[in-house]
Amino acid sequence: MRLTQGCFSFLPDLTDAQIRAQAQYCIDHGWAVNLEFTDDPHPRNTYWEMWGLPMFDIKDAAALMMELAECRKVYGDRYIRLSGFDSTHGWESVRLSFLVNRPAQEPGFKLIRQEREGRSVRYTTQAYETDRPEGQRYR
Amino acid sequence: MTETTRSYEHPGITDPMLDEQAPGTAAFAKPVAAVAAGPAAEKAACGELSSATVDLAKELAEAGIEDVLRELDEELIGLAPVKTRIREIAALLLVERVRRKLGLSSEAPTLHMSFTGNPGTGKTTVALRMAHILHRLGFVRKGHLVSVTRDDLVGQYIGHTAPKTKEILKKAMGGVLFIDEAYYLHRAENERDYGQEAIEILLQVMENQREDLVVILAGYADRMERFFSSNPGFRSRIAHHIDFPDYAEGELLQISEMILAKQNYKLSERGREALERYVAARKLLPHFSNARSIRNALDRARLRQANRIVRSAGQVKITADDLMTIEAPDLLASRVFGQQAAASSPLSNESEETFD
Repeated sequence: MRLTQGCFSFLPDLTDAQIRAQAQYCIDHGWAVNLEFTDDPHPRNTYWEMWGLPMFDIKDAAALMMELAECRKVYGDRYIRLSGFDSTHGWESVRLSFLVNRPAQEPGFKLIRQEREGRSVRYTTQAYETDRPEGQRYR
Repeated sequence: MTETTRSYEHPGITDPMLDEQAPGTAAFAKPVAAVAAGPAAEKAACGELSSATVDLAKELAEAGIEDVLRELDEELIGLAPVKTRIREIAALLLVERVRRKLGLSSEAPTLHMSFTGNPGTGKTTVALRMAHILHRLGFVRKGHLVSVTRDDLVGQYIGHTAPKTKEILKKAMGGVLFIDEAYYLHRAENERDYGQEAIEILLQVMENQREDLVVILAGYADRMERFFSSNPGFRSRIAHHIDFPDYAEGELLQISEMILAKQNYKLSERGREALERYVAARKLLPHFSNARSIRNALDRARLRQANRIVRSAGQVKITADDLMTIEAPDLLASRVFGQQAAASSPLSNESEETFD
C-alpha cells in the first residue's frame, strides 16, 4: 500500500529535479528546510527523526540535495520527508511537507478491531512493519 | 541542464500528472529516449551550428556584466592586472555561456580561484564583485558571498570538523565561498591537525559540485605558494590564479580621497600635502596593510578633527565646511612621523594600533 502523507502524495514520486525546485521554493520564501526520516509511518506519528539540523541559512537547494543524498545513503530503506518551516510571527509552523523517499516494499497497515462491551467495536490501524523493533523494519 | 533551469522558473508540479506511465518506468524511459535521439540529433545540430550566428553584443548587454565591470573600473583604484584578468575571465564565461546555449559545451567550467596579495589590496572586495559577475553570467545561481577563515571550517575536537565544514559549504552553495588566509587550513607541523579533514571535504565538493559552488582562496603570495605545494589537489582544482599588486602612493591617495568623499569629508590643500607625507612615511613602517592602513589612518584623523573642533567650539563659529574639512594638523599629529627613525631599527616591532 502506497503511503500517502503530506503534499503531492497522490502524484507519482517527485524526481530529484522536482524536489530541488520545491526546496528552492521553500528557501526563496524564507522557510527553513528540514529532512526527517522514520520507519514508523503511522499518520499520527508526527515525531520523525531529524537528519542533521534545520537548514535555515542556506540560499540554494543544492545544499539540501547534498544532505538528501547522504540521508538516502544511510536511511534509504525508510521514509524520508522534506518540510519547510515558516518562522514568521503568526505562522510559526510547517508550511510544506512531502515525502522524498520511501522503502522499496510498503506492506501498509492492518486494521485492528477491538471488541468492546455491548457489541461495539473500536477500530485502529497499525503498520505491519511496526511489529518488528525500530531499525529492523522494511528489510 | 536546461531542464533543471526550467523547473526553477516553475516550481509547481505539472508534468507528472500528464505522464500516464507508472513513476518507475517514467524515470527510466526518459534517459533511454534521450540516448536514442542523441547521436542523430547531434549530427543534425552540427550542420546547423556551423552556420548559426550569435549576437555576442546582445548577450553581453543581457548579462549586464558591462555595468559590473565598469563599476569595478570606477570604484577600484589601481589593480590593473587584476582588472585585466577579471575581464578575461568574464569574456571567457560569456563565450562559454553562448556555447552552452548552442549546445557546444556540456561540462560546467572550473571557476575556483586563488587571490594572492598583501593585506589590504582588495581581495575581499574583488571577490564580492566576482560573485556578482558570476551571478550575472549565470554560473552561480544566487551570487552571494560567504567569507570564512580557518575558525569557521575547522573544529576543536574529533568529529567536529566535518559537520562544521559541511555547514559552511551548504551555506555557500549557489554562491561563492571565500576562504581568507586559506593556508592556515594546513598546518605542516601537526599532522593530526583537523585542518586536513576540512581540506579533504573542500576538495571533494570543489570537484563534484562545481556547478553549485565557486571557491575562492585568498592569502599572502608566498604562504599560498607553500600551501599549494603541500596540497597539490588544490592547485589542480583551481583554474584562475590572480595576483594582487601593492598600491602605489598615488593610488593610495586616490583611495583616501574616495573614502573621505563617501563619508562627506574632504582634505584641505595643506591636508592633502600632509596625507602625501603620511602615506610615504607609513609605507616604510612595519605592518603596513595598504588600503586598510589608510582607512584606519583616516578614521584616526577624523577623531582628531572632531576633537579639534570641539575644543575650538567656544571661540569661533563652526561652519559646515569646517565639519567637512580635514586639516594638516589632524594628520600630522600621527605618531607615524615620530616613529620613522625608530622603524629602521630592527627592534621596532609594534603593532599597527600603536601608530596613532
